[in-house]
Amino acid sequence: MIILEVKEITKRFGGLVALKDLSFKLRQGEILGIIGPNGAGKTTLFNVITSFHRPETGKIFFKGEDITELRPYQICRKGLARTFQITQPFANLTVLENVKIGAYNHIPSSREATDEALRILEAVGLIEKRNERATSLSIGHRKKLELAKAMATRPEVILLDEVVAGLNSREANDMIAYIHHIQKQGITILLIEHVMKAIMSLSNRIVVIHYGQKISEGKPEEVSKDPKVIEAYLGEEYILAKHQRS
Amino acid sequence: MNFPGLPLLLQSIVSGILMGGVYSLVAIGLTLIFGVMQIINFAHGSLMMLGMFTTYWLYVLMGVDPYLSLLFSIPICFVLGLLIERFLITPVLDAPAHNQLLLTLGLSLFIENLALFLWSPNFRTLDIPYLQTAVTVGTVMISFPKLVAFFFALLLTAFLYYFLKNTDLGKAIRAASMEREGALTVGINLRWVYCLAFGIGTACVGAAGTLSAPFFYVNPSVGGIFVITAYVVVVFGGMGNFIGALVGGLIIGVAESVGAAFFPGQLKKFIIYFIFILILLFKPEGIFGRRSE
Amino acid sequence: MSNIHQKTWNILLIVVLGGLILGLPLFLGKYYLHFFIMIFFFAFLGSAWNILGGYAGQFSFGHAAFFGTGVFTSTLLQIHAGVNPWIGMLLAGIAGMGLGLFIGFLSFRYGLRGPYFALAMLALAEMLKLIAIEWMTSRYPLGITIPLRGDSLLYFQFRDKVPYYYISFLMMAGALFLTRFIEVRKIGSYFKAIRENESAAEALGINVFRYKLIAMAISAFLTAVGGTFYSQYYLNIEEESAFGAGISIEILMGPIIGGAGTVFGPLLGAGILEFLSETTRNFLGGYSGVHLMIYGAVLVFVIIFLPHGIMGGLQETFRKITKGQTKT
Ligand SMILES: Nc1ncnc2c1ncn2[C@@H]1O[C@H](COP(=O)(O)OP(=O)(O)OP(=O)(O)O)[C@@H](O)[C@H]1O
Ligand SMILES: [Mg+2]
Repeated sequence: MIILEVKEITKRFGGLVALKDLSFKLRQGEILGIIGPNGAGKTTLFNVITSFHRPETGKIFFKGEDITELRPYQICRKGLARTFQITQPFANLTVLENVKIGAYNHIPSSREATDEALRILEAVGLIEKRNERATSLSIGHRKKLELAKAMATRPEVILLDEVVAGLNSREANDMIAYIHHIQKQGITILLIEHVMKAIMSLSNRIVVIHYGQKISEGKPEEVSKDPKVIEAYLGEEYILAKHQRS
Repeated sequence: MNFPGLPLLLQSIVSGILMGGVYSLVAIGLTLIFGVMQIINFAHGSLMMLGMFTTYWLYVLMGVDPYLSLLFSIPICFVLGLLIERFLITPVLDAPAHNQLLLTLGLSLFIENLALFLWSPNFRTLDIPYLQTAVTVGTVMISFPKLVAFFFALLLTAFLYYFLKNTDLGKAIRAASMEREGALTVGINLRWVYCLAFGIGTACVGAAGTLSAPFFYVNPSVGGIFVITAYVVVVFGGMGNFIGALVGGLIIGVAESVGAAFFPGQLKKFIIYFIFILILLFKPEGIFGRRSE
Repeated sequence: MSNIHQKTWNILLIVVLGGLILGLPLFLGKYYLHFFIMIFFFAFLGSAWNILGGYAGQFSFGHAAFFGTGVFTSTLLQIHAGVNPWIGMLLAGIAGMGLGLFIGFLSFRYGLRGPYFALAMLALAEMLKLIAIEWMTSRYPLGITIPLRGDSLLYFQFRDKVPYYYISFLMMAGALFLTRFIEVRKIGSYFKAIRENESAAEALGINVFRYKLIAMAISAFLTAVGGTFYSQYYLNIEEESAFGAGISIEILMGPIIGGAGTVFGPLLGAGILEFLSETTRNFLGGYSGVHLMIYGAVLVFVIIFLPHGIMGGLQETFRKITKGQTKT
């Protein structure tokens, strides 16, 4: 079943075409990886799907319903949550409060929201940090918090924007394991990632974006052999270099 | 609403343009500070008042000609601006914007009430005969001190413009105002630039104070009258837009003065606030600015 | 300490404190009663501001707009339509709320944020003041005086200050209680989320626009109610003390100094400010501006050294101490 459909989206910033006629479908239960060089338009795509940006043309369908005109909070209510590449914590609140705010999306009572938030913090491995202020967290913990907040809203589809990048290798492995765990709960995942190891091991399928256009789509091993993709990344070395850097 | 005759209308336009020059000078100081540091300086009016009192006391105590006192009020306000920036603004540069606004609010409360404490709320005027003279052109009467203020204001603005455009320091300030990170990579010492910008902004408003003292009254809360209008000018011209402030000052000056001919009493001020809110709501980038996404 | 033990302690504390505050008027003269009334009154107004500014993060520099609306609504209704001031108080609150929703709708719909919202509110209050001046000069050049009816709870008028003391105390206690009630619930968390990061709040399913309006409505309602108390306390009103920028500043000073976004911040701040202003009045009585000069200096000091107010500073210190202990 198609749970999310992106249809012929074009998004401009002044003269710059950030997304051009982009279409793809997300199947229920899968992990779809989105890759592409820096500035390809991946984050813009997330912003368009979650209505933080209005596209000039094109539509977004969630479970068959047109959600293009909805406001961001309505999209979250429908069951489509996201994380931000540049993490957006509620800086002066504790980690627990941060996650509780997500949980209030479906739980009205404070006590139950706390329980839910604690459960999620346990699962992402942030439980010891629950009483610390979000600003005091390391980048790795911030990424986990970002994910925990989105998970607390109980999404059906979650959009993850570079949650592995910037983590050390142990944290990265934890994160990859957790993303698998999310998928096992039946949540569909759209994943932007530069870290090739993560994207290759996690994704069921991959969409490659270059200058705002889809240049390739398919299984990880197919996509990685696609000459157009290799050219976009200026050869295999680039991917390796990128991998080592992050 | 009254309908004024043509002579009155002409008179209003001329007076408006003349006042507009002073508004421009006040607004340029404000917009320079905003452009470079993203700080809305609530104490701008109090600093103008200090400029006015400098001129007043220099004349009363030492007989210094009010226009000559520009040589004092400009450096005094400049140094005062540097000190304020260094010791009060620097600590809050990374604080939330509303805290910066509150800081300058506290500063203005302090300065104004200090002045009230020292000099009482009395309205004072400079009683110098040559300031009472006026030039008559046709039916239009042009007050001498307003004319002088206008030309000095334009002169100072032109000088400042030249400085920002053509000197290394000026270029550094403009670079900082356009892009913080850009300025950093070029290797400009931002702390110094901020200090300087605040100093120059304060010097501008101090000069405006001196130039206004000959045709206005002087008292501790006088700055607010000019600065409220200057805020309107600044949002009208676009926050941080130098030319916008200059042109905006003249336009608002004329609008206010002509408006006063139509709407007597408090309504004039009412309309200024109203325009202010409308611009904030519907055209926050200013009349001359383009909306950036 | 066990939970039940803790509860007994809390109740004991409340009883002792409550008894002290309720019994205080027996020992205090007129002067000190007024001092406490002003603390309660500004703590009440500060709490009202705090809900919008401290919790939802929308700093208003023009709460006098709501305050003055309250002052004028109940007074004019009383004088021209014979409406009882208690009912007038409720209607004043509703009028304030209506104004709040109107300006809030415009401001938040068009994305007015931070200092721009603050300045727009200031301009709004000034506009209302100008209207009031224009309207009053021809009709009530000396201000409006509420006709005296002697001591009457029904007419919210007392010759003695004691009843005002209790009323202002109850109002403040109610506002503090309401703040606490909001703080620990979903609505309070949503306010704080909006304050901290609007985009993130929206992404987590919060209707930011709606919750800002709710905060505005509560805050404006309470502030206007405070306006009615003011009218009934002084029984004489004029434009400057209703809509003046001075009132806006005094309303927000308490929470800023005490700690915006904390329950007791506005009370602490009001206490400190009243204390400062009374002390300076006693030492430098003749000079009108001195207490404002000190307010200004205190404001500058607090913003630089205690950006989250005194309560915020205390919490931070406490956090550091407890952290230090767990480490060692
Ligand atoms: N709000 C905006 N206004 C103007 N231009 C923007 C905006 N957001 C993104 N862009 C531009 O759109 C293009 C796509 O940016 P986007 O952030 O989507 O890239 P990305 O694929 O996520 O890159 P990265 O891998 O570095 O995160 C870039 O050229 C960027 O500069
Ligand atoms: Mg990106």
